[in-house]
Amino acid sequence: MNAEIRQIRTAAEQGLADAFSRAKATLPGAGPVAALREKAFSDFEARGLPHRRVEEWKYTDLRAVMRDAKPLALPPDAGAKARATQADTLVGDIDRRRIVFVDGVFAPELSDLTDLETGLSIGSMAEALAQGDPQVAAHLGKVAANDNVAVALNTAFMGDGAVIRIAEGIIVEHPIHLEFITAGEKPAATFTRSLVVVERGARAMVVESYAGPAGQDYQVNSALELVIADNAHVDHIKLIGEGADALHLSSLMAAVGAHARFNDFTFTVGGSTVRNQLFLQFNGEDTIARIHGANLLKGRQHADTTLVAEHAVGHCQSRELFKSVLDDDSRGVFQGKIIVKQDAQKTDAKMLANALLLSETAEADAKPELEIFADDVVCGHGATAGALDEDLLFYLKARGIPQNEAESLLIQAFIGDAVEGIEHAGLREVLMERVAAWLAARA
Amino acid sequence: MSLLEVKNLHVEIDGKKILNGLDLTIEKGKVHAIMGPNGSGKSTLAYVLAGKEDYQVTEGDILFEGESVLEMEPDERAAKGVFLAFQYPIEIPGVASMTFLRTALNAQRKARGEAELSTPEFLKLVREASGKLGISQDMLKRAVNVGFSGGEKKRNEILQMAMLQPKLAVLDETDSGLDIDALKIVADGVNRLRSPERGFIVITHYQRLLNYIVPDVVHVLSRGRVVRTGGKELALELEASGYAQYQQDEAA
Repeated sequence: MNAEIRQIRTAAEQGLADAFSRAKATLPGAGPVAALREKAFSDFEARGLPHRRVEEWKYTDLRAVMRDAKPLALPPDAGAKARATQADTLVGDIDRRRIVFVDGVFAPELSDLTDLETGLSIGSMAEALAQGDPQVAAHLGKVAANDNVAVALNTAFMGDGAVIRIAEGIIVEHPIHLEFITAGEKPAATFTRSLVVVERGARAMVVESYAGPAGQDYQVNSALELVIADNAHVDHIKLIGEGADALHLSSLMAAVGAHARFNDFTFTVGGSTVRNQLFLQFNGEDTIARIHGANLLKGRQHADTTLVAEHAVGHCQSRELFKSVLDDDSRGVFQGKIIVKQDAQKTDAKMLANALLLSETAEADAKPELEIFADDVVCGHGATAGALDEDLLFYLKARGIPQNEAESLLIQAFIGDAVEGIEHAGLREVLMERVAAWLAARA
Repeated sequence: MSLLEVKNLHVEIDGKKILNGLDLTIEKGKVHAIMGPNGSGKSTLAYVLAGKEDYQVTEGDILFEGESVLEMEPDERAAKGVFLAFQYPIEIPGVASMTFLRTALNAQRKARGEAELSTPEFLKLVREASGKLGISQDMLKRAVNVGFSGGEKKRNEILQMAMLQPKLAVLDETDSGLDIDALKIVADGVNRLRSPERGFIVITHYQRLLNYIVPDVVHVLSRGRVVRTGGKELALELEASGYAQYQQDEAA
């Protein structure tokens, strides 16, 4: 350990400490849950908010970005719920089962809980914590466990969220759509925590959407623990469409079994500062994972994707592909680490981060890392950042396509490469329409 | 009025002079071949006509149907009816050939104040044009030129030309990299488009292509200027004697 002197608390750190001591008696869950919260908060306090001298946060200085800690969001009133129904959750009108959270609280009256498939159960995390639900107790804080500060804060403050179980062999036809909507009138902080357990041979698609008011500097810290058992097939999509001034921290912790298929996609178009974290553990052989993401950023938006994929056993294939389109003064960060443990022979992992810079002042930072302890693996990574290819543009223009349209075609193709990873055709289409709309607004 | 008049054109790239007072007049309904040794400025002429940015016109003018195009963007020139078949057609990953063709066609129609084509009209046009060139539906579904062989790429250029129906088609070394069968398909595609309303500039290093696309006029380019103009027999003469006499001029 280096002997760095712990700095005096920032306003945000002080605010978080005050909030925790006030709220801990009323946050859901007693006994082991309360102990988990205490431990998580003391883990946070020992380190404080991470800053640029903390390697994992060097491109996203949370201490500088988070000037204060917003008060914990109050339960939504009728007005907030009404506003929430107007929110744009980026999924268009695809068929789905909506599970709605307003200001961090489950809103059953806005959700669709009718005709649940046999073997699909959906409940509230706050209730599960309060009742000491054994399934939640079995997994909480244990799925792809890590010592990440944002996750620790989430554990300390977790309020509500979804608890979903898909029983063995059950195939859920329509996507389960978790809508996390901020709709309060004053800037507040929400801490949602969800658990999704997909049992052996089951299949489901889980979509998370984040939305909130523009012009309000609210704070979102959300986490999802995802257990994917052997032979299961899971698609997880996260759509970050927060209001333009929001601070969004979210974390996925996924533990994947053997012979499984896992497709993950994150789409970031909203928020002022976004940190999207993925902690993935491959614990069974012959699993195939496709981890994709796309960012469309403009103005002074900052989006950081931080991924840690750990292969504990061999014969798994993972493909990571992240694409960023960066306009104006925006900044895209990609940190990806693939860890291949000694026993994980025949791991096949490829990670790629591409950034397209549309302005002179946009910035892309990429830090791909491989940590390989096995000796018979195929692993690779690459990162590129650059402007649109002039020769391609000339070719399109020489066929009569004007500059703007030519740029849009090429940008759509660039993003489309990552969006292709989504298996749901309707959602792919909706997202590509989003990309087109974003480009049209730019022109 | 001539279709194209290039007057005393001087062009440089990165400060290096490539064209030195080039004069050239192209008439409607005629096929003009431009031949010349490597480095004589043939491809530069093609790019400058299409409006590629890197090339700086320092003197002279290019008149298309009497109107100067020097200040026009490449897409404006295309909408006016200028088409360049690239020597090295570019691969465009992620942009489907059909999308590309339709976007290009409708952009040109829009620029000319014409209505966009309906989907059935467009599909009918593509099917007809691609069938004649032996371009499969599968190729059209793929991204533009991605994974195409050299011959397929050149056929794809001719397909684009057939779809866009330009007034002036500039073919930049369309024969390079083609075997004889592919060359015949491409040449047939070009010959089908010959019409009294359309002019062609066929740029080539070798006479071979001109056996299949028979020119009305042959120009010899050397050191960035047209140094000789003649009939189709000039191409045969060059085939026999080579470019040595023109390169000697350069050395002198």
